[in-house]
Amino acid sequence: MRPPVILKTTTSLLDSSSSSPPCDRRLNTLARHFLPQMASHDSISASPTSASDSVFNHLVRAPEDPILGVTVAYNKDPSPVKLNLGVGAYRTEEGKPLVLNVVRRVEQQLINDVSRNKEYIPIVGLADFNKLSAKLIFGADSPAIQDNRVTTVQCLSGTGSLRVGGEFLAKHYHQRTIYLPTPTWGNHPKVFNLAGLSVKTYRYYAPATRGLDFQGLLEDLGSAPSGSIVLLHACAHNPTGVDPTLEQWEQIRQLIRSKALLPFFDSAYQGFASGSLDADAQPVRLFVADGGELLVAQSYAKNLGLYGERVGALSIVCKSADVASRVESQLKLVIRPMYSSPPIHGASIVAAILKDRNLFNDWTIELKAMADRIISMRQELFDALCSRGTPGDWSHIIKQIGMFTFTGLNAEQVSFMTKEFHIYMTSDGRISMAGLSSKTVPLLADAIHAAVTRVV
Amino acid sequence: MASSFLSAASHAVSPSCSLSTTHKGKPMLGGNTLRFHKGPNSFSSSRSRGRISMAVAVNVSRFEGIPMAPPDPILGVSEAFKADNSDVKLNLGVGAYRTEELQPYVLNVVKKAENLMLERGDNKEYLPIEGLAAFNKATAELLLGADNPAIKQQRVATVQGLSGTGSLRLGAALIERYFPGAKVLISAPTWGNHKNIFNDASVPWSEYRYYDPKTVGLDFEGMIEDIKSAPEGSFILLHGCAHNPTGIDPTPEQWEKIADLIEEKNHIPFFDVAYQGFASGSLDEDAASVRLFVARGIEVLVAQSYSKNLGLYAERIGAINVISSSPESAARVKSQLKRIARPMYSNPPVHGARIVADVVGNPVLFNEWKAEMEMMAGRIKNVRQQLYDSITSKDKSGKDWSFILKQIGMFSFTGLNKNQSDNMTNKWHVYMTKDGRISLAGLSLAKCEYLADAIIDSYHNVS
Repeated sequence: MRPPVILKTTTSLLDSSSSSPPCDRRLNTLARHFLPQMASHDSISASPTSASDSVFNHLVRAPEDPILGVTVAYNKDPSPVKLNLGVGAYRTEEGKPLVLNVVRRVEQQLINDVSRNKEYIPIVGLADFNKLSAKLIFGADSPAIQDNRVTTVQCLSGTGSLRVGGEFLAKHYHQRTIYLPTPTWGNHPKVFNLAGLSVKTYRYYAPATRGLDFQGLLEDLGSAPSGSIVLLHACAHNPTGVDPTLEQWEQIRQLIRSKALLPFFDSAYQGFASGSLDADAQPVRLFVADGGELLVAQSYAKNLGLYGERVGALSIVCKSADVASRVESQLKLVIRPMYSSPPIHGASIVAAILKDRNLFNDWTIELKAMADRIISMRQELFDALCSRGTPGDWSHIIKQIGMFTFTGLNAEQVSFMTKEFHIYMTSDGRISMAGLSSKTVPLLADAIHAAVTRVV
Repeated sequence: MASSFLSAASHAVSPSCSLSTTHKGKPMLGGNTLRFHKGPNSFSSSRSRGRISMAVAVNVSRFEGIPMAPPDPILGVSEAFKADNSDVKLNLGVGAYRTEELQPYVLNVVKKAENLMLERGDNKEYLPIEGLAAFNKATAELLLGADNPAIKQQRVATVQGLSGTGSLRLGAALIERYFPGAKVLISAPTWGNHKNIFNDASVPWSEYRYYDPKTVGLDFEGMIEDIKSAPEGSFILLHGCAHNPTGIDPTPEQWEKIADLIEEKNHIPFFDVAYQGFASGSLDEDAASVRLFVARGIEVLVAQSYSKNLGLYAERIGAINVISSSPESAARVKSQLKRIARPMYSNPPVHGARIVADVVGNPVLFNEWKAEMEMMAGRIKNVRQQLYDSITSKDKSGKDWSFILKQIGMFSFTGLNKNQSDNMTNKWHVYMTKDGRISLAGLSLAKCEYLADAIIDSYHNVS
């Protein structure tokens, strides 16, 4: 029995932003001044000096998104037996995108509704959507909602919610440091940096056990300055799939409250992680129950399959209704210069489903089916690896939760699997379980087995 | 069920809003001094107060020091309008098209496009960061003309944005990152959100003279002077057509002179095109200013919106275009725009983009759209004419009201001051912003005579 493979992973939190100094632009402007008038015609594009004429010449090409790169490489691969485990979206057993039946039904209703128009909605979004989103995450009987201590604004899915929350905190909160788990979703540091917050990290994932480094987490948050903001994945941690247990959540809550840290939850998978909306919201509700303040960003991309419709919400739980009202007024001043008001279509779909008991029940059935399929993929993969006698402890595959799994494979092993087996995943060893099916599990198991036995 | 929900949604207004009592300053008049403004002052005040609250007991809310933000003036107008019980009341503050019955209007081509989408069974997958490819192609071609050399040579970087505002914000963020310290000149007056957008993007701005209250027309001399005296390489924010809030546009000859000056000073034009096709009824005519600059080889940024011309207000569909002098730099610009959008909202909403792509990409729907745009623009022109006729037939003072006919688009600057605008509201139940702007889209032919009475009374009897 070989010892478990130690994952070598380095989290790069900041993109290097290299930009030309302003004098370069002035030089280009000066050069352009001496070009003859005729240079402004078509011939300028054919001229070898045309590039230097542009006021945008000093812009550098931005690095390609690594996850997008995986999908691009996958699309280019001519092999008939290729597998895309990099895509962060649900797929059916046939490997196809899925539009939920309830979504289709609501869209038909919306189109048939002659009273429906396209008028601007408020800066904070559809009132029904906001109210129902808060109830979904906090629970309909939540005291924070009963006391009007919650302000909820519709945003562009999870990313938009995080960004609005980040900009709000940068403007109005006394501490401008946010602690992110190591690792975390690749977009998190960019979102918060551009929002005006400083990013620090706390230990989260333990490569040795492929589980939670709970002691490291407690130590790092315990030494964070009072008032610091702490980003917490509500469930189905991205990219590792490692979540705290409820007992661990209670200890985290006690630590955060005793240190007067501000929790900012990213809830992108409610219902999609375990199949139960209430179970997946439990950590957030634990914090709300103690009466303290917190932020939570919600996304309906995964649990309702509304990826491209960009539906999400930011909720801020305050100490009093009066504070919540003032907070909302300032949130509007963050949103208006960003995009004026949010898009109506996706929010109309969500509001209709959350409001109608029958549609809601049908949604929970479809939601559980998606979650169950992912859970069964985890079990099938684990069983397949065991049956092959693949070296190492693979129990983390069934312990981890949600769409993503940190396999523990290193970059060389990942590269090998791509080259030899046409299996595409990110180099940190993360695979999207949603991209698997019963037909493709054996292929993946074969590839993992070959990788760990042939590539050190 | 959906019907009652939509009925409730249409009344969804934040309870924290109230009628604005803020006294807005008059737009800057005369003089050569450019007002410089950087950073949101109200936020600085909020920030310091937020820090002070840390000194008090730990049980106090961490957000206790946050003050109530000032109410939105335009929203306040609509709020007050709703609260008014008068049956002759008129809402001229709303910035959206209305039918002759003063109802919201969903274009027929939009309904057809949505039905097409449902029939096709489109999925809901994420769009690329830059948006729907078919939309980006259609929107650049609509703006520049499909046979424009800039398009053929792939010198246009187009990224789908959240309507006009989101597109302007992406452009502003690009300026902040790659032209640090560069100043943006905006017209006086301009759409109120322009200042918010550049402030939040940390881009310094100042104003150039534009509106002349004496003639209720364009202060072309002042405009030229101010743009000429701006630092070389400044960004000049220009309304492509149908200037908001004044309705005053340069003539083609004046546009040529503006282009001359911008070339001379190596300024970079940043066009806000929110009304293409909706202003005059002709897509090509309304895009003429942008096309003139591009034909001159001037590199430009252009923010587009489909809120008004396709009636897609709440679908939030627009684009930011950067027309560069080479395909290589256009590609680099696009990569940087994507890099800005990714941490803002990841990728844009799909529904509105599909509607636009389907309408513009389908010759039958495209022609129907043009007909509907002509109808909307035509109704507004008729209202202008009717209002002018009503005023001139009633007003015997000899005052020149011809600016009403010269102005273009949805908005009209009446020349009324704050007191006169208040009189319009208090005495005549006509709701408008305090700067004297009225939205002609909220006016019907049947109401023109009533409005004429109100304007004449306010102009002559209130000082």
